[in-house]
Parts: sequence; C-alpha cells; structure tokens
Amino acid sequence: MSEHHDHDHPHEPIAGDGVPAAARAQALEELLVEKGIVSRTEVREEIDWLVSRSPADGARLVARAWVDPEFKQRLLADAREAALELGLDPGPSPVVLAVENTEAVHHMVVCTLCSCYPRALLGPPPDWYKSLPYRSRAVSDPRGVLTEFGVELDEDVELRVLDSTANIRYLVVPRRPSGTEELDEEELAALVTRDSMIGVSRPAVPA
Amino acid sequence: MTYRVGQRVRIAARPHEGHHRTPAYCKGKTGRIERIHASFPNPETRAYGEDGLPEQRLYSVGFNPGDFRVSVDIYEHWLEDAE
Repeated sequence: MSEHHDHDHPHEPIAGDGVPAAARAQALEELLVEKGIVSRTEVREEIDWLVSRSPADGARLVARAWVDPEFKQRLLADAREAALELGLDPGPSPVVLAVENTEAVHHMVVCTLCSCYPRALLGPPPDWYKSLPYRSRAVSDPRGVLTEFGVELDEDVELRVLDSTANIRYLVVPRRPSGTEELDEEELAALVTRDSMIGVSRPAVPA
Repeated sequence: MTYRVGQRVRIAARPHEGHHRTPAYCKGKTGRIERIHASFPNPETRAYGEDGLPEQRLYSVGFNPGDFRVSVDIYEHWLEDAE
C-alpha cells in the first residue's frame, strides 16, 4: 500500500474516539500537573469528593419537601440554601434548581451536550445518562424514553424536558406516592430513587 | 439586549468554531424566555484559559418540538428578539 494515500476510494473516517478516553484523560492530567494548574493531590481529593456523594442526599431533600410544605417552597426557591439547612453539602458553584413534578407537569432532565448533573446531591450520573441515545432521544422522543423506563404519562400531563446545557443543575422533586400517609420522613426518603430525581421514573411504592 | 420572561426569542442559528454551549438541535428555534437564571463567565473564552468576562446572562428558553416542551439554558449573546 502506498504511503501517500493516492487511491481514490473514500476512507473510513479517522475517528477521534479511537483514542481511549482513559488515555486521553491521563494525558490531560499530566499536562495540567506539568503546567502547575492542578496538583495530583487536588485531583485525588476531587475524585474522593465526587465518589463520596450519593442520591441519599437528594432523597433527604425530597422527603423533607413531602412532609413540610414550607420547606418545599424554600427548596424550590433556593436548593442550595435548603441543602445547607439539612446539613447537606450542595457542592461548589453550579446553581442547583429544584423543579416539582405535579399532577399537571412532569419534568425530566438531560444534558444534551455532555453529562451535567447535580453530582453534589445525587452522586455520579448513571452511564445511560451520559450515553448518546439518551441525550438525543430525551429531546426528540421523551415519551418513548419514559415508556422504556416504565412511566406512562396521562395525555393531559405536560411533559417538560430540561436541558442543562450551562451553569444550572436540575433536581426533580417527584410526586409523593399515594398510600404513604403513614410513613415518616426516613421511610419516605427510602422511596426516592435516583432516577425519580432525574425525572425518568417514579418513586418506589411502599412495600 | 436584555430579555424579559415571556418574551419571544430566536436562538441564533450561527455556526461557531470551538467550545460553546448552544446545542445544534435548538439553533434557529423560536421560543419564549421562561426564566432568567443569573450571569456567568462566558464558557466560549473560559474554555481557552481566559477569564470569560464580560459575564453573559443565562436564560431558560422554552419551545415545543412536539407534544412536549424543551427548556434549554442559553446565554444572552445567542438570543435574538423575535417579537
């Protein structure tokens, strides 16, 4: 084969994704450390913080909102302050905005550009959230996506897809399941799944 | 130009070389301002080591591509008055 590529048939595209992501990330880290922009300790501390987060924090916010209407209003007005009120770590600067699912409106969240997600309150995003099919279908066929997650919305429910393309991170406050009137806040929090706070499923039903 | 909640706006359809946070699927779409979030450093220059100043106001813009609504966060310099 000629080294000059002087044949006339089209090539397969030379895919940028051929570079394994891990190797690319490592090369970036090496450069950032070499240039003194971050230290290895900072990188490790950041990873430690990220993986220490979990949806249990978001669930505590939702459960409190279910039992305390005034807290719910504070959560919807300023999720960061509401998290601090419960002693939770709302994380660094990105603004978290809580939105409420009701009988009339159902919210679901996507980041079509990458994987923006309220990591401080929900932990690392699930793999499907970062996948191209979810990111494209959430804004082209969201009802189909919801069906696959087992959620059928009534026709008169308005479906709103929130695309977190920039500085805002969205947290869905799902509807409280019926039949949970007797449960206390901790029992309610156990029903609040990660996916229900992304808006692609409903909270678990009590056993 | 500053936009108000409820105002009709068009998301600019212009191409942009380099990092930017306006997804292709919503370029050229007309919608309404749903919320004025706050002002933030411009990611288009911040991505290249600059300070991102002046800050750009960030809006939630809602439009209906079908039997659902998409609300997408768009910086002010990507919006055009459509009233």
